[in-house]
Amino acid sequence: MSFFDYFRRTQKTASVAKDRLSIIVARERATTRGAPDYLPQLQQELLAVIARYEKIDLQEVGVRIDSSGGCEVLEINIVLPDAAQASKALKITSSAGASPS
Amino acid sequence: MSKVIVITSGKGGVGKTTTSANVAAGLALKGKKVVAIDFDVGLRNLDLVMGCERRVVYDFVNVIKSEAKLQQALIKDKRLESLYVLPASQTRDKEALDPEGVGRVIEELKTMGFEYIICDSPAGIEKGAQMAMYFADEAIVVTNPEVSSVRDSDRVLGLLAAKTSRAEVGGPPIKTHLLLTRYAPLQVKKGEMLSVGDVLELLGIPLLGVIPESKAVLQSSNKGMPAILDETTDVAQAYLDVVYRFLGEEREHRFIEEEKRSFFGRLFG
Repeated sequence: MSFFDYFRRTQKTASVAKDRLSIIVARERATTRGAPDYLPQLQQELLAVIARYEKIDLQEVGVRIDSSGGCEVLEINIVLPDAAQASKALKITSSAGASPS
Repeated sequence: MSKVIVITSGKGGVGKTTTSANVAAGLALKGKKVVAIDFDVGLRNLDLVMGCERRVVYDFVNVIKSEAKLQQALIKDKRLESLYVLPASQTRDKEALDPEGVGRVIEELKTMGFEYIICDSPAGIEKGAQMAMYFADEAIVVTNPEVSSVRDSDRVLGLLAAKTSRAEVGGPPIKTHLLLTRYAPLQVKKGEMLSVGDVLELLGIPLLGVIPESKAVLQSSNKGMPAILDETTDVAQAYLDVVYRFLGEEREHRFIEEEKRSFFGRLFG
């Protein structure tokens, strides 16, 4: 039993629950609150298109909508697998005017 | 001035119908004219918990579809003068609810002089739950100190802020309240259950009250009598506190600490 196993076993379950919830609630708020319903599907479809031209690691992708400043910006970050040199990031941004909501 | 209050949670089985029954009864005890509407089309339960299941003739969907008048569907409580129940349909499904129909019924209830219109939401986030929250002025988000319930409550808070009439017209936001139910202070003390503070930190909305885990809830639904009507129980006291707080009175939060029970207290449960 490693040191970390011992620590985990002595941490009370309510505390574990709270830690887990903090992470999951923060993550779900960032992605679902104020974001359009089509976002996950949009992400999948865009990735499928890009995957036809570049070998991409689906784990290395970030999609978010930024609503600050009265303008909605859809931002997709994809790291291209250019192994030898520093990875160049393919950054697609598309902005719309002030959102109706 | 009528207020539409939705009792919602996302997660099932946390105490929405129990809360709807007890808050409605509590407000009626304080002399307010109250109606509780069951939005769980197809799986009605509010009538059972209120003890009026044998008097259901017409239901909410009948009224929406103009198959019956509102007065015919409303069931007057036998114990409290100003308390009424509008039961859900047991045979239709949630597609029968539409915003225009629901809105019309709520407007009619307002013109009938109901001061509080309690909407008992079904579990989930589909049609029934959406319709229950759509016209709400205030929301009581019922949550158990448990991971699934907290996560689902958070999701529901998102919907309350976005998918309701007030959100769509850009009006003042629905006033949200947290009601923490099935709370067991002893387990919290042992670190086995999320505490009030934990849940408040996670959800970030004002605390309306804490209802302790209690055998009285099962007893009251068995009898078809809202627990609040038997003042001797902890649950009744907790719900009474909730109603007072809801009406603006300050009440200290009880039932958060483990109660020291006497020998006889333990003997007689």
